[in-house]
Amino acid sequence: MNVKLMSEMMATGENPEVLFWVGCAGSFDQRVQRITKAFAEILNKVGVSFAILGPEEVCTGDPARRAGNEMVFQMMANMNIQVLNGYGIKKIVTTCPHCFNTLKNEYPELGGNYEVVHHATYLQELIDAGRIRIEEGGSMKGKKITFHDSCYLGRANNIYEAPRQVLQALDADLVEMKSCRTNGLCCGAGGAQVFKEDEPGQTRINIARTEEAIATGASVVAAACPFCMIMWEDGVKQKGVENQIELKDIAELIAERIKD
Amino acid sequence: MHIIQQVIFVLVAAAAIYFFTKQVIRIRKNILLGRDEDLSDNKEQRWKNMFIFALGQKKMFTNPLVAFLHLIVYIGFIIINIEMLEIVLDGITGQHRLFVPFLGDCYTWLINSFEILAFLVLAACVVFLFRRHVVKVNRFTKPELEGAPTRDAAIILFTEIVLMSLFLFMNAADRLLQDAGVAHYTSTAPFLISSHIASWLNGTSPNALMLMERAAWWLHIIGIFAFLNYLPFSKHLHIVMAFPNSFYASLRPVGQMENMPIVQKEVVLMLQPERANEFPETDPNAPIKFGAKDVQDLSWKNLMDAYSCSECGRCTAACPANQTGKKLSPRKVMMDTRDRLEEVGLLLEKNAEVPVEGNLLDRIRVEELRACTTCNACVQACPLNISPLDIILQLRRSLVMEDSNVPNEWAMMFGNLENNQGPWKFSNEDRANWRNA
Repeated sequence: MNVKLMSEMMATGENPEVLFWVGCAGSFDQRVQRITKAFAEILNKVGVSFAILGPEEVCTGDPARRAGNEMVFQMMANMNIQVLNGYGIKKIVTTCPHCFNTLKNEYPELGGNYEVVHHATYLQELIDAGRIRIEEGGSMKGKKITFHDSCYLGRANNIYEAPRQVLQALDADLVEMKSCRTNGLCCGAGGAQVFKEDEPGQTRINIARTEEAIATGASVVAAACPFCMIMWEDGVKQKGVENQIELKDIAELIAERIKD
Repeated sequence: MHIIQQVIFVLVAAAAIYFFTKQVIRIRKNILLGRDEDLSDNKEQRWKNMFIFALGQKKMFTNPLVAFLHLIVYIGFIIINIEMLEIVLDGITGQHRLFVPFLGDCYTWLINSFEILAFLVLAACVVFLFRRHVVKVNRFTKPELEGAPTRDAAIILFTEIVLMSLFLFMNAADRLLQDAGVAHYTSTAPFLISSHIASWLNGTSPNALMLMERAAWWLHIIGIFAFLNYLPFSKHLHIVMAFPNSFYASLRPVGQMENMPIVQKEVVLMLQPERANEFPETDPNAPIKFGAKDVQDLSWKNLMDAYSCSECGRCTAACPANQTGKKLSPRKVMMDTRDRLEEVGLLLEKNAEVPVEGNLLDRIRVEELRACTTCNACVQACPLNISPLDIILQLRRSLVMEDSNVPNEWAMMFGNLENNQGPWKFSNEDRANWRNA
């Protein structure tokens, strides 16, 4: 896939319109890599000039900070800010709400000031500007689809409508789960939970959330966060509904239907 | 006779105000045990927030019916206190219904609206008791409410019902005394609610009525003074604390964690020693705390949050960990913080020289802290803009950075971050390999 590293671009004297921040899950998790590729494919099709940092990108430090390890967070942040400032990066787009929140809200006071956009907003803007055009008809028409709010996109950053507007462009029948938007139920991954076993309880959070999706009768659950995706994949398997519910990131849904 | 009543009244009022002020000073002192945090910025936005969230109770309206009942009780509480002004002045001067000559028809209108409100408050409180003790709404049945907190809520509602009934009975007896032409009872128009109650009391002798009126008057006013002095020991304190708490509520994006400049400096000195001059010299002998272990390590705003909590449990009902049966309850975090603060305050009052025994982590257990997904549902749900999450995260910092109390999987994740710059065991050199996958 034709995606350039920032270092390669600089070598040829190019300056990308935007830096695509891939994030750890987007880089290494096999399921989430498909989201990364879908988003890169969209950018390529639309003709957005972009680059990634590749090996120069390190974790934003979000899970370390939320687990309580400020030392590791500060180390990660320092390395990233040095690289980003070194390249004179102005604008960043990311497919991960956790990276988005950290880059946008926590890096400025450490000396990292950039315009940071989550891909939900970015896709919505590309659609509104007519740069992304969706094929008529297609497999989504009339399908019931429900959107899962990521906590770090929604409550933490007040972005509720952009991903929904992206889904509206697909002509799908958007239904809401029992808890949505400001009341959205977490997938269970945040606060570094995804990296450890649950504390003892009656059920797992992603199971409870999957049950809410089943109750809507939706055949597609759309997400906009790689960690939500990881939790959902597990949730639908545990509930045995992987043939009934398809899990897609909004970028994957758009990539499937984008006009060349 | 009157002069004795006046003297007793003034003494009771003075005592009530004295003891209440003492408690206010104590609570203020306790809150200031917290570490410093500058929240003096953006005054305009802060006044706006106070208006919207404290006075306007905006977040209550997620559930319109409950919000409406709560608003009635609140407005009732505030408005009926205007009538308190007359009652207090009557008490001091030995007059009866001092405002009648000044207000004329307006007086009838005012007392009518007070009576309607009093009746509505009474009804709302009955509904609230019903929700708590008969319907048993889920968030009122959690373990942290067992015992004293449940009693506290019942006392508040019961007291309000009694106070409102006394107010209405007082007016009813007054009505009949006026009709009987007893001296001292200033003539007024009949009032909407009390005139109905008066009809139940028909045929009672003027002496009995006078006794009733005086008893109701005294019980009502003493009840209010007692309630005033109950506030500082009760969740009902939120009626006052809602205002400063909304004013000082964080204006940061809720997803943003508080920075730790001391760690930031440490890391910059390590990775970019050339930037050393950007950081002011700090006293190397000053004690350094990472995160919070006890209430004094929390910010004063966290402690104000604790005193503001009305124990309504909307946070706990919204908490994904609690919903799935984990031990974490954001409401318990707030209650534990307040209870520990009260304890520390008391110990310091006894002897400020001796280090305080125990800490907040004795009350909020590791298992609770570990269950938090930092999803901000508790922060979103709180009508008073309290952040239990802020406290949880500071306690987590202490566990990890001071006590090295870390679950194995997290220790591995930290190790991976340090060695591979990612949370998993992949080489960072492979970060762009997805392009060929």
